[in-house]
Amino acid sequence: MKIAIPVDEKSLKSSVCSSFGRAPYFLFYNTVTKKDYFLDNRAVVSQGGAGIRASQVIADHGVKALLTPQCGENAGKVLSKAEVLVYKSIPGTAQQNIDEFEADRLILLNEFHSGFHSHEK
Amino acid sequence: MKNSGTKIAVLSGKGGTGKTLVSVNLASVAEKSIYIDCDVEEPNGHLFFKPKVVCEEDVIVKIPSVNESLCSGCRKCVEFCKYNALAFIKNKPFVFEEICHSCGGCALLCPEKAISEKEKSIGKVQKGISLNVTVNTGILNMGEASGIPIIKKLLNESISKEGLPIFIDCPPGSACIVMESIKDTDYCILVAEPTLFGVHNLNMVYELVRLFDKSYGVVLNKCLDGENPAEKFCKENNIPIIGRIMFDNKLGFLNSDAKIAVRESEKFKQLFSSLLETVMKEVQHETVVNS
Ligand code: SF4
Ligand code: SF4
Repeated sequence: MKIAIPVDEKSLKSSVCSSFGRAPYFLFYNTVTKKDYFLDNRAVVSQGGAGIRASQVIADHGVKALLTPQCGENAGKVLSKAEVLVYKSIPGTAQQNIDEFEADRLILLNEFHSGFHSHEK
Repeated sequence: MKNSGTKIAVLSGKGGTGKTLVSVNLASVAEKSIYIDCDVEEPNGHLFFKPKVVCEEDVIVKIPSVNESLCSGCRKCVEFCKYNALAFIKNKPFVFEEICHSCGGCALLCPEKAISEKEKSIGKVQKGISLNVTVNTGILNMGEASGIPIIKKLLNESISKEGLPIFIDCPPGSACIVMESIKDTDYCILVAEPTLFGVHNLNMVYELVRLFDKSYGVVLNKCLDGENPAEKFCKENNIPIIGRIMFDNKLGFLNSDAKIAVRESEKFKQLFSSLLETVMKEVQHETVVNS
């Protein structure tokens, strides 16, 4: 099963990024093969709708679970339509979150904020 | 020569600086005028005018609608949309209507002609009367991405055949919605507060009016005795100061009571009359220079 985490750096030791849509990188990790890879988040620079764009990438990579501290409403819609489960990450490194996830200790995120709408209108 | 009246926009870098105070009172002190509230996310001019609404109209935009049976799944639409209003999930595009800016691009570009456009209301424009002022208000529905279609409609429909002056209460800030509001104006009034933060806000709109090559002047609001950073900024940059409104508890009370100061007090009537006179002189001066 493939999982994804928004991260601040391209490393398993990186902290989890506090934003999902605007995270600089995504970490993808396969819990079966234990293989990982990173991807630049092109949505960082998009004009609004970054969460949607980021969710699209997550869905396109066949991810089944996203581990993130928070997630916007629209991103949540894309993810749920694409049947990606969203778990609340814990403070700490990406690796720690992977371990928690594999030990089944993370809970599902149940709050989806309504977006910051800070983009230029 | 245009036969419509002089268009005066009132701007400020953020809300709460007195933008509505200035535009509402200037419109009221004119013999007869039109007031347009372009602050469509939070229109509050009507709270002061309490106009008798004479007509109301929905503002319609076009939103894409996907015919899934025609869609080949090429994703061109999703990649094209720079607002990310389209996502491709489970082999079909999904439209986020609140985020869509109705550019029409995706429908044009779809090779399978799978996207058509449907109509959707994003808000409304209201026209009302309050004594000597015709009040036009734009109201954007909550959560909608862009109020620009509403502003366009407001400004298009508010051209005065009688040549009445038009006062435009702009949205705060300097984003594209403000640009749309000042595009066709003859003069811009920048309202500034006497603080350092006020200078920052003033600078935002100052840069905007210069970019658009508009004639402009500053009204210093909430003035106190002593140093005024906004005034200093104006002097340093050669920005004309066309008026000063002293900090006044009475004005504050009237304002928080949603009363129009010039309709309540002779003192404020005089204050805004002379401000209006100054503005009109500036505008005339500009038309003479430019003609
Ligand atoms: S461009 Fe047209 S055919 Fe291609 S994915 Fe979009 S709707 Fe489908
Ligand atoms: S109309 Fe324009 S903004 Fe709306 S979804 Fe299509 S491409 Fe995006």
